[in-house]
Amino acid sequence: MDGRLETDLATIRALVRRSANELIRVPGAAVPGVLAPAIFFLGLTAVFGSLTLLPGFTTDSYASFMIPVSMLQGAGFTGAAMGVNLARDIEFGLFDRFLASPAPRWVLLTGLVVSAAIRSFIPATAVFLIALAVGAHFPGPLGLVIAYLCVMGTATIAACWSAIIALRFKTQSASPLMQTVMLAAVLCTTAYAPQELLTGWLATVAEYNPFTQVVDATRQGFVGGVTWDGTWPALVVIAGLTALLGTLALRGMRRTAY
Amino acid sequence: MRTLAVIGELGRRSVRQTFRRPQLMAPLLIIPTLLLAVQSAGAGRAVDLPGFPPVESFFDFLLAGAMVQAALLAGNSGGIAMAIDIEMGFTDRLLAAPIPRFAIVAGRLAGTAAVGAVIAVWFLVIGVVFGATIEEGIPGALMMIVLVVLAALAFGTLGAALALRTGSASVVQGTFPLVFVILFLSTAFFPADLLLEPAETIARVNPLSFVVTAVRDPVISAWSAGELAAGFAATLLIGAVGIWLCSMALRRRLRMG
Repeated sequence: MDGRLETDLATIRALVRRSANELIRVPGAAVPGVLAPAIFFLGLTAVFGSLTLLPGFTTDSYASFMIPVSMLQGAGFTGAAMGVNLARDIEFGLFDRFLASPAPRWVLLTGLVVSAAIRSFIPATAVFLIALAVGAHFPGPLGLVIAYLCVMGTATIAACWSAIIALRFKTQSASPLMQTVMLAAVLCTTAYAPQELLTGWLATVAEYNPFTQVVDATRQGFVGGVTWDGTWPALVVIAGLTALLGTLALRGMRRTAY
Repeated sequence: MRTLAVIGELGRRSVRQTFRRPQLMAPLLIIPTLLLAVQSAGAGRAVDLPGFPPVESFFDFLLAGAMVQAALLAGNSGGIAMAIDIEMGFTDRLLAAPIPRFAIVAGRLAGTAAVGAVIAVWFLVIGVVFGATIEEGIPGALMMIVLVVLAALAFGTLGAALALRTGSASVVQGTFPLVFVILFLSTAFFPADLLLEPAETIARVNPLSFVVTAVRDPVISAWSAGELAAGFAATLLIGAVGIWLCSMALRRRLRMG
């Protein structure tokens, strides 16, 4: 392997390890990221569970319908948390030291993004297990793999978005902007009901919101069969948004350096 | 008179503090507004479910839930701000000052009540702009404002009690998800008859349900004296418990130094 690439990979590994250390040393740090989607899942299922009685609803189990939303919501919060950590590092001057190191900017961003993608397994798995316990359908091995791919993709997108905000505002006070935008992106989809049952402005927004593809792909195993047609649009959305937001985050890093 | 001036000044400080810190203000307005917008359109067909009370739209039904949700968050946010004052030593200075102790809590609560008024007006404007019909007209809207302000005040006593007891902003902030547990286990978002168990049973005895129903009543139907009285009684009960907890926590704080 090229020596430069080897060094870059080692740096990414070190950044991921640093993020993991935070969880090992302060396990409580993971609790809010798990608690919020779990509460939303259980709460929304109990509140809106009767919606499955509407003609045209695609499943008889609202827990199965809602679980993908909560998994993606957890991933969004995890990505946003990485942005908050980046803002903290900027505030304390640690990020200046990273920028002054010989590590390329893309390596610093990749370290952040990979950490978010890995950490998103924690809330997703916790919510998934809770969902199974309250009667959600098991999505099958392929459905589960696709759900986790979408979860990791959402965490990656959220980490890139949050990095842009952290680099722009350079303060942890900007964290509501990181979290709220991700929450809105996931909720302004078919989160509560199938497209045919949405009303008003949301029916139009959900149709064009790229995250609808991600929500639907994550959901397919839980409410029916997994198909390639139901999967590839989500993969395109994840790749496209990661490329776009990743480029903007890198540009933010370059501007921060000068 | 002097005590009232102290409470007024501390209340003004508390309002300024809330509006100057976006991280305190954002959850109060943005999250309930976002959920109101998304849920009213996402679950809008819920009004077609058998057993759903007759309403113009699901948005009309949800409006009161969003208002009370924001009032609950205002109480939590007031508690966080009070805990920050304790952490920064500001409360110690107030305790050393020649002012009545209750004015410290009352000042914070006055600020929370003012934020409650802003919240109530915000959601009424949003409601009217987006087509909600307030069946009881202007008197109904004024009653909704009064109820939301009192609810914010009542929830503020709980936030203040927690802040005084723990003195930690992160602990008070950690109770943020509990706000949603209480909300989901009430009739804030859906009628009790259509909630799934055990939420249905809990919602029927949750004091928050009575508050929400009283705020909702002028929007979706003619006033009912019984529901209004139940809403005021529930608010009073929450406030009384909060004030009692505040006084216990303040006494403990003074005893422990």
